Amino acid sequence: MKRLLRLYRRTPGSFLILLFIYSAAVLTIGTMLFLVGHILIRGIMHLRPSLFALGYTAENVSMLPAIWNTVYMTLLTLLLSVPLGIGSAVYLVEYARSQSRLVRIIRTTTETLAGIPSIVYGLFGFLAFVLFMGWSYSMLAGVLTLSIMVLPTMIRTTEEALLAVPRTYREGSFGLGAGRLRTIFRIVLPAAMPGILSGIILAIGRIVGETAALLFTSGSSPRAAIGLHDSARTLSVHMYCLLSEGLYTNEAYATAVVLLIVVIGINGLSGILARKLSVFASGGGAE
Amino acid sequence: MRERIMQFVFLLCACFSVAAVLLICLFLFANGLPAIQEIGLWDFLSGTQWKPSGNIYGIFPMIVGSLYVTAGAILTGVPIGILTAVFFVKYCPQKLYRVMKPAVNLLAGIPSIIYGFFGLMVLVPGVQKVFGTSGKGILTASLLLGIMILPTVINTAESALRAVPASYYEGALALGATREQSIIRVMLPAAGSGILSGVVLGIGRAVGETMAVVMIAGNQAVVPNSILSGVRTMTANIVLEMAYAAQLHRGALIATAVVLFVFILLINLSFSAIKKGRTI
Repeated sequence: MKRLLRLYRRTPGSFLILLFIYSAAVLTIGTMLFLVGHILIRGIMHLRPSLFALGYTAENVSMLPAIWNTVYMTLLTLLLSVPLGIGSAVYLVEYARSQSRLVRIIRTTTETLAGIPSIVYGLFGFLAFVLFMGWSYSMLAGVLTLSIMVLPTMIRTTEEALLAVPRTYREGSFGLGAGRLRTIFRIVLPAAMPGILSGIILAIGRIVGETAALLFTSGSSPRAAIGLHDSARTLSVHMYCLLSEGLYTNEAYATAVVLLIVVIGINGLSGILARKLSVFASGGGAE
Repeated sequence: MRERIMQFVFLLCACFSVAAVLLICLFLFANGLPAIQEIGLWDFLSGTQWKPSGNIYGIFPMIVGSLYVTAGAILTGVPIGILTAVFFVKYCPQKLYRVMKPAVNLLAGIPSIIYGFFGLMVLVPGVQKVFGTSGKGILTASLLLGIMILPTVINTAESALRAVPASYYEGALALGATREQSIIRVMLPAAGSGILSGVVLGIGRAVGETMAVVMIAGNQAVVPNSILSGVRTMTANIVLEMAYAAQLHRGALIATAVVLFVFILLINLSFSAIKKGRTI
């Protein structure tokens, strides 16, 4: 400390800036710790077994159906958006000439999609799927809306992953007589896997946390959905419903804990996976 | 033959996002523009009264609300975000970085409904206690949105700062500047456009945020007269009333989304303009 003071004795302005920089970092991390800590500490004590009862009633406000709906919705959304996203990225990186007009249009629209707020997606889903297609509040409407919403994430991460695959991989494969398609499926996509997976995990995070886009598409039925035409609330929507009814603050805390743990898990998983798979990929490349 | 078919399939996938944007535009404009026409564009945009019961639809209070809350978020979030990025790039020990970086990423992954809940349970009572108001209003929403845009600002500012050649910093040090002077006078200006694009991204996020804002902004559809009074943003307007709106009321809400959409398009445009003009 003394050394520091001597260092900055002639430049108090610099010392002030140094203080600002440190306090900003402390503030950022402090906020994050406070937020997560507050939810966890206040919420864990409200986790009761009845909150995980099989069926939802107004007394137990069980979140188990909502958890089922979240998993269901996530899987269906991925089923649609992952192939679409990977297909688009493959076209953009492997086939298209990078300055062509079509590519520029696709890039612009993808960026536009990425910037659209989720409430606008929700409204679009409501107008297009719920009203125009006449599906009313349903899983299907929610899944289609979310698929469009996470598409830019999928495209962008896959594109980056494909671009990171060295040119020599492709040239080697072509040199051995493989066609373009075989090269893509056997060489490029496997090598790009870690990046693609981290994109999928990012997308899962967005799906699980989404509320505004689902409120008017998949609706807020608290029961577990079975068919595609059932209305279903995910965990986030469940939390919003608990809060807007105003009677269930403690239950909302408990739901927030579950949601937060899922998000922390997803984040941790993406970190670990990316590290492991990149090691694996570089090992595979050396063979 | 198979090659050709698959190339076509990939092309179709790629065109899907174009189709999606067109569809979104089509549905929003087809449902929103008739309402704007009926209300009158000028009355709709500049009307200060929103009274669905009296068939009066003016979204000026909501536009102002969105702008105030976003400006507040920028004022709180951007300086802290940029300084934290500076800390990451120049001051943070490697070991600490390995803990702090995932923490920032976690902040980006927390759902907005949890942010809103946190705001409702912590920030609202806090503001209530300090200022003696209801606690819901511009100030609260600005603080919360400021926290929410932190990860966006930090991550873009960090990569912009890392892209500045080390020789700039070292050159400034060699001329006798302190570390802080080199950062403020040399590195930040050099990374300027990258940082700015992060700010624009943050603006986009703040304008479009819905669930967190609706819980803590108070939602009064009037032009606010102080930093503590409640506001309703455009996003909140949609979420609050869509469930039961019908006819012209519903049209007016969709038209609100159209206005929001145009705002977002403008923000996107300036983002790509900044990106195109980047030197580093």
